[in-house]
Amino acid sequence: MAFTVQAEIKKNVLLLRMQGELDHHATEKIREELLNLMEEHDITHLVLNLEELEFMDSSGLGLMLGRYKHLQKKNGSMIICAISEPVKRLFEMSGLFRIMIIESSEDQALMRLGVA
Amino acid sequence: MNNEAVFKFRSISENEAFARMVVASFIAPYDPTIGELTDLKTVVSEAVTNAIIHGYDGKNDQWVYMTLLMEENVLTIEVRDEGIGMSDIEEAMQPLYTTKPEMERSGMGFTIMEHFMDAVEVTSVSTQGTTIRMSKHLASVQAECH
Repeated sequence: MAFTVQAEIKKNVLLLRMQGELDHHATEKIREELLNLMEEHDITHLVLNLEELEFMDSSGLGLMLGRYKHLQKKNGSMIICAISEPVKRLFEMSGLFRIMIIESSEDQALMRLGVA
Repeated sequence: MNNEAVFKFRSISENEAFARMVVASFIAPYDPTIGELTDLKTVVSEAVTNAIIHGYDGKNDQWVYMTLLMEENVLTIEVRDEGIGMSDIEEAMQPLYTTKPEMERSGMGFTIMEHFMDAVEVTSVSTQGTTIRMSKHLASVQAECH
């Protein structure tokens, strides 16, 4: 299944709802657009809703780690919410759970950032 | 039921998804668990991505070869390219090691393959290519009685 992403901006928070399969092919297609969007809107916090993300590999990890490092420099944060079972396996083995904030739902994540 | 299938496809990034679908289809008759299916799709994705971006350095007119072999209840996956090869396999397999940090590669590809499979074997010859051979015992597959 192809990868699609829906973006929503709330103040300095970018919410991305990801769907489908996030692999090398998909990351190459969205990276630049994502960087531009974050730059243009001076984004400091990123919320990733992974409820409908069916697959992800190390390319997806690279994309997420890249944004995480970038936001850390701006004292921002990255929140992962509604993670699906297949993607959870990759997060567990890669240690991403240890460095990123995990919330059970999108509402919880937005509330945490004060933009619910 | 033993089975074997051999594929070759162009080194374009669209074929990462194709290769994942191939392995999922190949093992479908064995009734794998969702977890096994995810693990196998992930390792195939890693190996094929390596062939495309490292082996062939993004050149999209080359061939990637994939062999799937099911023997008793062990699945062996071989992904091979005829690209630049690796000079230091041990170093390449270290967690977080990457030659392409500018592409935001996480350096986790081999770590993922080793974690999700029972055995991973890499052979590589400089300028001739790399072969990744990995196998996994599938708990869901019943070995045939003889």
